Amino acid sequence: MNEPKALLMDATQMNRALSRIAHEIIERNKGTEHVALVGIRRRGIPLAQRLAARLKEFEGRDVPVGSLDITLYRDDLTELAALPVVHKSEVNFKLPGTVVVLVDDVLYTGRTARAALDALLDIGRPAAIQLAVLVDRGHRELPIRADYVGKNVPTSRRERVEVHMTEVDGEDFVALYDIE
Amino acid sequence: MAGLARKDILGLQEMTVEEIDLILDTAEALKDLATRPIKKVPTLRGKAIVTLFYENSTRTARSFELAAKYLGADVINVSAATSSVQKGETLKDTARNLEAMGIDAVVVRHSMGGAPHLLARALRASVINAGDGLHEHPTQGLLDMLTIRQRKGGFKGLKVAIVGDSYHSRVARSNIYGLSKYGAEIWLAGPSTLLARGFEAYGVRTTTRVEEALEGADVVNVLRLQLERQEKGLFPTVAEYHKFWGVTEARLRLAKPDALLMHPGPMNRGVEISTAVADGAQSVITEQVTNGVAVRMALLYLLLGGGEPA
Repeated sequence: MNEPKALLMDATQMNRALSRIAHEIIERNKGTEHVALVGIRRRGIPLAQRLAARLKEFEGRDVPVGSLDITLYRDDLTELAALPVVHKSEVNFKLPGTVVVLVDDVLYTGRTARAALDALLDIGRPAAIQLAVLVDRGHRELPIRADYVGKNVPTSRRERVEVHMTEVDGEDFVALYDIE
Repeated sequence: MAGLARKDILGLQEMTVEEIDLILDTAEALKDLATRPIKKVPTLRGKAIVTLFYENSTRTARSFELAAKYLGADVINVSAATSSVQKGETLKDTARNLEAMGIDAVVVRHSMGGAPHLLARALRASVINAGDGLHEHPTQGLLDMLTIRQRKGGFKGLKVAIVGDSYHSRVARSNIYGLSKYGAEIWLAGPSTLLARGFEAYGVRTTTRVEEALEGADVVNVLRLQLERQEKGLFPTVAEYHKFWGVTEARLRLAKPDALLMHPGPMNRGVEISTAVADGAQSVITEQVTNGVAVRMALLYLLLGGGEPA
């Protein structure tokens, strides 16, 4: 892997951003009573778990956390060189009446978010769906907007944003790379 | 590795352990789809699949059909009884005509061993063997393996007793090829006229005493007895077959208490298997059927999900 050209967030900044998003979720939904988090595989899952821990800290309530694998909903399978490995989706709570906050690391073209919306709606009918992302890097190809954003980062399409998380990568940081 | 580096699924004999692991892992992930309220994803939208059955089948054909539909593909079913085969068209021509209509995969069952291989060479579309003659039934072998792996955690060192007509059984052959790659101990038991031979190289042991195979077994896979074999004089009577080789409660007690009881269906109750055993606590026969859909979804995803086949 090449060297990052810029560090976008360090561990402290990531922590602050997640705390802020957690407060915004509570504010917007007037508490967490009907809220559940669903992480989009792969780094959306640890992000959702961290957000749930903060919601518990701030509101004293456990919030259900699920995971979504969107491989089967991708609209670009034939364009990919390697077929993605399919994983299980786990949404073990009732969706009707629940406000689901979809959680992902990076919002880019919006195609992943669209696939996640399709996947979630096939499982059930939540009262509402909101979208939380750690980084919004722009370049949308679909009319999709995040409700909660950790950091907005203007990027070029020739760049790549990578979110590193302790649970998956051993350390916390977000960095910008040039595509080789 | 993601995706299968092959165009066709013809048998487990030629597959690597890595390929089988990938198929079983994918099937495991897809299994939940069949239990959801909306049993459909758009993964294979726009793909067309033909099931081409030259032998009767309800379970396998419908299982493939459901798997394809759950993944969003379009399916047409062709059975020999209603196709141009009756007008003398060859297998190759039938398949070529279907391919000319733009299909992406053919699922074929044929009484002739090697028929799917012939098609695979002739067609650009993927070919999946749904049972060919006395050769293989790879998707049944894979769903059996998925069922065993889910219940036993793996295959190494398991004693697997395959009871009944292994000579005419493509299910038995696919089980032998698949399970032996993982180091399972495989026993074949049945009347000597119905025992498959020549599998010593795979570590297979054969016996005419069903008790010997069942003793301490972790898995008991009972094969369907085709009753027309009696007309060919391969065993004296159905009653005698049941007496000597039928898997009954008493015989099943020879196996481990947590042994799995499997059957590829459809069952002849009171012949190769007693009703008490078929419906008993150890029976995983309906799980096998559920896993069949998952395995077939996995294969269709892995063969058709990506770009151009390898």
